[in-house]
Amino acid sequence: MNIFAKFDPLRKSLEQLKAISKRNPFDVVVERPLSATTGIIEGRETLLFGTNNYLGLSQSKEARDAAAHTAQQLGVGTTGSRIANGSFALHQNLEKDLARFFNRRSCMVFSTGYQATLGMVSTLAGKDDILFLDADCHASIYDGSRMSPAQVIRFRHNDAEDLRKRLRRVGNIPGAKLVVVEGVYSMLGDIIPLKDFTEVKKEENAYLMIDEAHSFGVFGEHGRGISEQENVEADVDFIVGTFSKSLGTVGGYCVSDHPEMDLLRLCTRPYMFTASLPPEVIAATIANLKLITEHPELRQNLMNNAKRLYTSLQKAGFRTGPHISSVVSVILDEVGHAAALWNRVLELGAYVNLSLPPATPDEHPLLRASIAAAHNFEQVDQLVEIYIQAVKDTGLSLAK
Amino acid sequence: MSITVQDVSNIILETLLANPKVPRDISGESKIIEDLAFDSLAVMNFVMEIEDKLDVSVPLDRLADIRTIDDLARAIVVLKQEA
Ligand SMILES: Cc1ncc(COP(=O)(O)O)c(C=O)c1O
Repeated sequence: MNIFAKFDPLRKSLEQLKAISKRNPFDVVVERPLSATTGIIEGRETLLFGTNNYLGLSQSKEARDAAAHTAQQLGVGTTGSRIANGSFALHQNLEKDLARFFNRRSCMVFSTGYQATLGMVSTLAGKDDILFLDADCHASIYDGSRMSPAQVIRFRHNDAEDLRKRLRRVGNIPGAKLVVVEGVYSMLGDIIPLKDFTEVKKEENAYLMIDEAHSFGVFGEHGRGISEQENVEADVDFIVGTFSKSLGTVGGYCVSDHPEMDLLRLCTRPYMFTASLPPEVIAATIANLKLITEHPELRQNLMNNAKRLYTSLQKAGFRTGPHISSVVSVILDEVGHAAALWNRVLELGAYVNLSLPPATPDEHPLLRASIAAAHNFEQVDQLVEIYIQAVKDTGLSLAK
Repeated sequence: MSITVQDVSNIILETLLANPKVPRDISGESKIIEDLAFDSLAVMNFVMEIEDKLDVSVPLDRLADIRTIDDLARAIVVLKQEA
């Protein structure tokens, strides 16, 4: 038996996609970033609207300097795991900074955001426990649930009443109930009605974990995400997130007030059995966290840009997600149309993401743009013009 | 009065046939992924609909052992008895 036979359906899907899309959307290469908002793609200077670089900090001078200096001083790798041989003072400094930023008792830093959610979900939920996951949660959360021995129940997206119904349906169980949600959902940029969820969580005696991957640094007076914006931080047991978006580097974290957090360092496998982040990445992350703390205007610029893009696209007749956030997606009906539009947008000078089912909600393909504080209004307006031109050039209609 | 596997199977078939994309010739023995051409997300979405019709939660970890519509019906009957 050919071990690759099981991938035949995948091969077919890829071939179908290649037949309708001039370029393979999974193969776009930024030959060289020029700034936080422009780069060279296919030899052309291109507007970058598909990078998740929400605050533009991947290119901050402070982080570059810190990384370069630290690499010179400490080298470029830890060559070990946090618990065995890979914790530097820098890792602990970053954990202290993040705990302080969130006003939390403790913080665990992971090597990626994927591992942070994978690790926390799979370790916290034990055999007698039940996990309740939002239907649209990220793959890392679903993968964590598969690693966990707990039962897994999925509830309707952003629907706190549906969660309540499902929590009640299971009734009294010997173990704990852990609800996992996100602050901003990555495909449509839609925002959780978090107050409704914290009410349900309290009434039904469950624990609550929120992944603020797309909301950290973006929402809340201090950038602590939707939990801060909705003023419910005290009712959120665990906040997880990533360094790979607003913080501009790579890595992940979990912050919490639960005193048992230090025990988790000794049983969370995606924390224990992998090398820790290299010192230059930690130093760059510390520098960018400081920038987020000291420059609230970054968030204001970002939201001004996002509002401008969102309202201009709606005015032009595009169907968008329900909320304004740093992700602004145009919802389309057919993969062929979406692919044609995405290719034309790239040819006209803007890079956005082509997001395809089954990774998207309700089987709709999306043109997904991520907005940065570093974009200016001219670039935002240019993107809108490019979308409108691409619709004309591809002969599509925007009839809703 | 408890619900039988046959009852549940019929409810599942009815729900599936309400979706015009589903082949018309399905039966209790139809395989959910292969015969219905459902991907993993479509399976989870369709199970959610059945859960609401029958007021039962089918944990995702149980779906791993389920291949046919009758398998799903049997699992739901067991879950309803446990409740
Ligand atoms: C909601 C969510 N959680 C976790 C991750 C993983 O983060 P990282 O890129 O740091 O692995 C992502 C990013 O893709 C995400 O969107």
